Amino acid sequence: MSESKVNRRNFLKIVGAATAAGTVEMVTYKAYASTNSAPNGWKGTSGVSGSSAASMANTASPPDHQWAMVIDLRSCNGCKSCTAACQKAHYLTEDQTWIDVFTMTDTIGRTYSMPRPCMQCENPPCLHVCPVHATFRTNQGVVLVNQGRCIGCRMCMAACPYQARYFNWNAGVEYPSMPIKPTPEMPVPQRLGTVGKCTFCVGNLNDGLLSECAAGCPMGSIYNGDMKTDVGVNSMGNTIKLSEFLYDNDAVTFKTSQNTHPRVWYIMGHGQNLDNDDQAS
Amino acid sequence: MVVMDNKIESDQRDIVDSNADETWVNDVTESAMRSMRNKPGKAWWIAITLLGLVIVAGVIAWIYQLKHGLASAGYNDRAFWAVYIADVITFIGVSYGGAVTSAILRLTGQSWRAPLTRLAEAMALVTVIIGGTFIFPHLGRPDRFLNIVIYPNFSSPLFWDFMAILTYTVATMIFFYLPLIPDMAVVSKMLGDKKKLWQKFLYSSLSFNWLGTEKQKKALHRGLTIISLLIIPLAVSVHSVLSWAFALTSRPGWMETVFPPYFVIAALYSGTAMVVLVVAGFRKGYKLQRFITDRHFVRLGYLMVALGLVYLYLTFADLVTEGYTGITTGWIKQTVTGSYAPAFWFYVFAGELLPIFVVAFKKTRNATGITVASVFVVISLWVKRLVIVLPAATQPLIAGAWGSYHFTWVSITITLAGVAAIPFLLMIMFRFIPLFSIEEMEEAGELGSVEQVSAHTQVLAKILAKYTGLEVTAPKASKSLTASETEGK
Ligand code: SF4
Ligand code: SF4
Repeated sequence: MSESKVNRRNFLKIVGAATAAGTVEMVTYKAYASTNSAPNGWKGTSGVSGSSAASMANTASPPDHQWAMVIDLRSCNGCKSCTAACQKAHYLTEDQTWIDVFTMTDTIGRTYSMPRPCMQCENPPCLHVCPVHATFRTNQGVVLVNQGRCIGCRMCMAACPYQARYFNWNAGVEYPSMPIKPTPEMPVPQRLGTVGKCTFCVGNLNDGLLSECAAGCPMGSIYNGDMKTDVGVNSMGNTIKLSEFLYDNDAVTFKTSQNTHPRVWYIMGHGQNLDNDDQAS
Repeated sequence: MVVMDNKIESDQRDIVDSNADETWVNDVTESAMRSMRNKPGKAWWIAITLLGLVIVAGVIAWIYQLKHGLASAGYNDRAFWAVYIADVITFIGVSYGGAVTSAILRLTGQSWRAPLTRLAEAMALVTVIIGGTFIFPHLGRPDRFLNIVIYPNFSSPLFWDFMAILTYTVATMIFFYLPLIPDMAVVSKMLGDKKKLWQKFLYSSLSFNWLGTEKQKKALHRGLTIISLLIIPLAVSVHSVLSWAFALTSRPGWMETVFPPYFVIAALYSGTAMVVLVVAGFRKGYKLQRFITDRHFVRLGYLMVALGLVYLYLTFADLVTEGYTGITTGWIKQTVTGSYAPAFWFYVFAGELLPIFVVAFKKTRNATGITVASVFVVISLWVKRLVIVLPAATQPLIAGAWGSYHFTWVSITITLAGVAAIPFLLMIMFRFIPLFSIEEMEEAGELGSVEQVSAHTQVLAKILAKYTGLEVTAPKASKSLTASETEGK
């Protein structure tokens, strides 16, 4: 079968790239792009992988955007402004770090900071295990939670490999009365007993604005990207040609072995190590 | 069988001499209905009140939790699953143990089971209902529970959990109800025409016109065989699917191929122990020592320890396979030497070694010893479920510290309410139904010779005829004879 051949070729290239970089868990954007002529959701393809239930019903007209994100770890200083901005905009508690900044250890023992939003997986485990389709994926490639339907079983929290989901364990923080009802795109106020997570601020993006975290980053480390138009923008006003930027800077995704196909790419510095499946010790 | 041991023979002669057979058969009916006929004593009322209070406290705690969120039960984002899911698995697990123990004993024609099956099946029914109910405190939004049916996602393990538990509950009800039919007819006849409306419904309608004819008996036996055969794979599937709620995620410690059999065996193990506890409780409460002897406990004890050893083996196999390569050892370290170590070793010592020793030594190999061991087995298997749930849930998947779960009064009260509900529901239930299946007791023929068995059946037939006004044919004695002979003394 030709498909399995392609898969093997992918696999070999990915492994080759990973070995060169010294870890098994990294796949570079280069390896990815050279083996996938049209990555899922990239430039004109409107593919939605995984479960067909993943896509929303409104696929009549192809979407104008396929949202993505690039996080440049070379410039991230770990100030957690992104976390604060996100929590303020979404009225989250201190524990609800939809974008969390982890302190990671590199291969020679130095530490670096790594912001982790929801990866907006193209093959999202959280979506497959949700018993009531409260988690769904839009045709712009964003995974959202319908807090009006979620039964609070937390199966998605068990399934997400990135610890990206946060529950509303208590009444939460005070919020002003909202002009509109909460939506999956803007789940404010949070509903008690349901799960929440990073929405990519997809409402902002569709309005031509940056996501709260990207806008709040003083270093310009976070780029909002659109795979369809192939551009990315950060808070410094830098505009990049997304595919070239990823290619030139050897962008990688996190925990590739999980087969989740994240829509969030990382630009590594030197000696950093993204192989963190076994950090738990 | 033909050559009969002298001792047995003389024992039997004693019984015959004392003209015990008629008393024995009378006793079967009398004892089986002891819980219904006698007005409950003071002890019963005290027990039921205390248990009822614990349940009320649990309901209050649950209302509090609904209002204040799951944080009040000690949950947090790193301990997103904890005590309630362990409760669900434990309760449904003991239910499975009760049902399957009874089904296997039935299918293999173990006549010594006769005084145990009703208690085991009632326990299975009660615990599966309690276990199913614990899904509600587990959910963040129990009010939206029906969304599982309205918007089902067939690729979710939780959807299949729901289906499996539902099917199994229905099967347990049938399994409990079928052997009850003849008893209902007996009770109905005994009550005569002075029945109140509810009694009419309960006993007359539910006995489905049972007359005890050969044809009806055959149909009932066939039905019982089929449901006994069905309940085993059904129960296996329930626990496999329950385990997949864990094993179908990518978490180290949960994504294990051993999980389905691991859960099935744990259920059987704890379930056998629970049967022992329920049997011990009712034996003491209603003075059934005559029918339920040390022998019954010893046999259940053997079964329990055998299952316990299989479970210990699976635990070991799981830890070794995961631990050896050292790729994902965090949760193992945490389990064996870290913060979950006390709980884990409590399971090993109290839940595995203790019952083995109790059964191994003659001095402790009796009703009391095995009941005490069973208490530890049930508790330590609940602890073991927590040790399965928590380390894998609280491990850091990216970086940073381990999460932790802390018990609160809410989660403790709700869990205790579930525990109290078992004796509470059983005690109330047995106010309305006989403690054991009179028909099965008759067939089991506790005494050991052809004449006696047929003599007993004749007496029983006479009694039944008196109550029912019907001819009851005596069952063949040979089968029960072989069985009771093997029992020896
Ligand atoms: S990162 Fe987690 S929450 Fe986000 S889409 Fe992937 S699996 Fe779902
Ligand atoms: S917690 Fe809500 S979103 Fe998550 S799996 Fe359960 S129902 Fe779906």
